[in-house]
Amino acid sequence: MSDEQLLQSRRNALKCMAYGGAGTLFVLAGGVFSPVDLALAADDKLGTARLGKPLFVQISDTHIGFNKEANPDVNGTLTQTIDLVNGMAERPALIIHTGDITHLSKPAEFDLAQQLLSRLRTTELHTVPGEHDTTDATVTEYFNRFGKASNNKGYYSFDHAGVHFVALINVLQFKPGGLGTLGTEQLAWVAADLKGHSDSTPIVVFAHMPLWTIYEPWGWGTGDADQLMEQLRRFGSVTVLNGHIHQIVQKVEGNVTFHTARSTAYPQPTAGMGSGPAPLKVAADQLAKMLGITSVSVVKHPRSLALSDTTIA
Amino acid sequence: MALGRYRSLLTAVSVAMLWWAATCSPSAAGSSDPTNILMKDFMFAPTSLTVKAGSTVTWVNMDDEPHTAVSDTGLFRSAAMDTNESFSFKFDKPGTYHFTCSIHPRMVGTIVVQ
Repeated sequence: MSDEQLLQSRRNALKCMAYGGAGTLFVLAGGVFSPVDLALAADDKLGTARLGKPLFVQISDTHIGFNKEANPDVNGTLTQTIDLVNGMAERPALIIHTGDITHLSKPAEFDLAQQLLSRLRTTELHTVPGEHDTTDATVTEYFNRFGKASNNKGYYSFDHAGVHFVALINVLQFKPGGLGTLGTEQLAWVAADLKGHSDSTPIVVFAHMPLWTIYEPWGWGTGDADQLMEQLRRFGSVTVLNGHIHQIVQKVEGNVTFHTARSTAYPQPTAGMGSGPAPLKVAADQLAKMLGITSVSVVKHPRSLALSDTTIA
Repeated sequence: MALGRYRSLLTAVSVAMLWWAATCSPSAAGSSDPTNILMKDFMFAPTSLTVKAGSTVTWVNMDDEPHTAVSDTGLFRSAAMDTNESFSFKFDKPGTYHFTCSIHPRMVGTIVVQ
């Protein structure tokens, strides 16, 4: 497919997604994951699923309860995303939500989010909380609804199709002025959890805040993530996912691929632009254009990663 | 010649800024409540506030993004405040109280109670 065709499809997809939030489909081939823009993957003609097995979709930062100018209809944009997933020819088995399910941790917001997410026609929904979900001191609202998998600890693991998934929480234990924190207890648990897995097991690790430092002044990172990376180094295929920054940034370091996700709710500025990571307000017609710029690199993801597939295999 | 004009422009700007500082800063204007802390542009303003024992301090969120005010010692903890929402806490005992926004931990502030 030519770049022009891809861009054309991209434009069509954006027409369907007024806010362009959507999610990312992760396709597994040769033990390595390739990310595909969900709006594009949902378009049959692109044949993105041919890259491998569509295993899971990552959605993030749904911010149910947000009602400001940057997107007055976050319920609508989440619903559009869910419709894309439900409409896929080969539906992924898992949905991973990387946090900030709600905007203000309010019970009514959680209830509405659960109600909206229950429309997903997938067997499993796995979540981690964002700092917007945990503003109550006891994290009761989040754990009451999503705490079962982790026994109200926030971190847990599971296996699917030969892939080991590790869900982590890095939005508690904030140190003033600091980055996210995993903490010694959770890091010890990860070490024990990974112990029984061979180096060839594909690993997917997901948390809300970036597990690599993207921009420290805005807290876009996790202070003790290097201790986690040390434990992941021996594995041949590691995919590290997060939300939080409402835009796509990725990097590859050895066998570890890092991806951040867009929000289904509203965009945020690129690192360091403005006083802080506030909801980015842009005119409706400019929004599609702006998201288009982000998505050109997304369109190129499958190609560049297809290349790394070849190298690793 | 051009440099001279630039210099006089600089002087004019400096004078204007001095005038602004003298007439428009919160202390001179006297319009801001001495027990209010604004949350604006991802900062607490003022970052340090001194009050008398028994005073009630109110935090007001002016941003489009929610913020919280959480004491480092657990003395007080607001819910997430949306735009224009506020939180108040009464300080009975003298001391120095540090607080942060749990959503944006780089936002830090101090209250000194005399």
